[in-house]
Amino acid sequence: MTVQQLSVFIENKAGTLLKVLELLKEAKIQLIASTIADTVEYGIYRIICSEPMRAYNTLKEANISVALSDVFALTLDNQVGRAADAIKIFSDAKIGITYMYSFLLGDKGILIFRTDNPDRAREVIILNNLSFVADKDLSSLI
Amino acid sequence: MYLHPEMETLTRPEIEKLQLERLQKTVRHCMNSPFYKKRFEDNHLKPEDIRSLNDLRKIPFTTKQDLRDTYPFGMAAVPLEKAVRLHSSSGTTGNPTVILHTQKDLDEWANAVARCLYMVGLRPGDIFQNSSGYGMFTGGLGFQYGAERMGMLTVPAAAGNTKRQLKFITDFGTTALHAIPSYAARLYEVMEEMGIDPRRDTKLKTLIIGAEPHSEEQRRRIEDMLGVKAYNSFGMSEMCGPGVAFECREQNGLHIWEDYYIVEIINPDTLEPVPDGEVGELVLTTINREAMPMLRYRTRDLTRILPGECPCGRHHKRLDRMKGRSDDMIILKGVNIFPIQIETVLLQFKELGSDYLITLETMESNDEMTIEVELSQLFTDDYARLQALTREITRQLKDEILVTPRVKLVPKGSLPKSEGKAVRVKDLRKTF
Repeated sequence: MTVQQLSVFIENKAGTLLKVLELLKEAKIQLIASTIADTVEYGIYRIICSEPMRAYNTLKEANISVALSDVFALTLDNQVGRAADAIKIFSDAKIGITYMYSFLLGDKGILIFRTDNPDRAREVIILNNLSFVADKDLSSLI
Repeated sequence: MYLHPEMETLTRPEIEKLQLERLQKTVRHCMNSPFYKKRFEDNHLKPEDIRSLNDLRKIPFTTKQDLRDTYPFGMAAVPLEKAVRLHSSSGTTGNPTVILHTQKDLDEWANAVARCLYMVGLRPGDIFQNSSGYGMFTGGLGFQYGAERMGMLTVPAAAGNTKRQLKFITDFGTTALHAIPSYAARLYEVMEEMGIDPRRDTKLKTLIIGAEPHSEEQRRRIEDMLGVKAYNSFGMSEMCGPGVAFECREQNGLHIWEDYYIVEIINPDTLEPVPDGEVGELVLTTINREAMPMLRYRTRDLTRILPGECPCGRHHKRLDRMKGRSDDMIILKGVNIFPIQIETVLLQFKELGSDYLITLETMESNDEMTIEVELSQLFTDDYARLQALTREITRQLKDEILVTPRVKLVPKGSLPKSEGKAVRVKDLRKTF
């Protein structure tokens, strides 16, 4: 239901993003999805990757500010409107989405998000029989 | 020309005679202070040992740490019920410092400030506006009482609210303003925005500037912008506040009132006196104070005595403008800040590492402080929580140092490391 996401604190300065990517490359860790927003002083670079725990240790050993957290990951059919349908369920349950990003993998859409009420979100996912990705599924996604 | 000619026109021998009398009286009075009584005993010193001004050097220095150690009332030389006013410094690197005043102290303080204001040409009939913070900060009440004593209509506008400040200046016909130099520049900017021409639309002719390091060029710029004469003022809460030393109309050095203070300039490393004209640390002894006399107080301010006579006819020594500090104190917007105060706040956040960098810079003629601090480990994947952390750090720093810094989180390892003592403060202000 949840997958591990790396969050890397990135200063808004040339070369900082590259440094993180090169460290992951050297460690032969594959990116599945990643996102960074533009802000004035710093960004949080969020990464879904193969072997998140090893990636976390790799960055930490390189003295990079990094966090590992659990985020929800749903799989959706690759059809118009599926994301809207899924989010409506959370909205109706009064669960706020803190942030979200999505990508296509094979013939499936993957929706990654964090909520302001993870316990309630779990219930909703189970009750509505939504299909999700689990950590162990990540390597099979690649 | 002189408000107190009997004091202002004393010759050097007369000044020194008066100083010795007052020093001996002060030293005797100091035996009422538990702190000084013990200090004299510990050094096998008696008030009678002070027979000449040179004997002053037998007395150990008093430091800010002594003030902290005796907090709040351990240095007082009068019973507490004789004191009528208390001022306290923001310097909270431990205990704050407290200065007590009797009614006579307040009268003498007001007299000194009145003398300074008269010296630069202000007279009853002038309208004096004070943009200092009131309250514990001595620049507020100090100038208020002094300007009133001299007989001026005095507007306690206090700090901030620039548009309101300008409304007072134009509506009341303010002729003299006390402001820190960076704020004077800020006032001019807002005047421009509002279409106010200081020469045409205001009656300002005199500016009192101080409490903040500034250069001669900056003074000239302020004078040009506002169409005024700007005079440099020097004071410190340990001595009372404003009115310790002030420029005369020659604008060439600040006369220090030697009927109130004995001046020494020492080498801060060897603690030996340096000759006139050489830069060293200013050391002051109060010789006209009841509640809390202070013997050989190390101000930590670096300056020098300007040699030679002043054409104004006063023989009270002139101090050059302050050259900096012999410690790491920062003066920002007139407020004294020690980096250790900032460090103490930052170290309370477990989210932060121990490295930080304070940058002082001039932005739109305002002096601003930016504090970059390293995150230890990223504790969240959420922007909102990082922003909340930044806000909380800012709030706690504001409570501690009384000015609002800009706080910037940076990744760990990104701040420059220097060998040995880390560089914590970068001063890029245009005044230097």
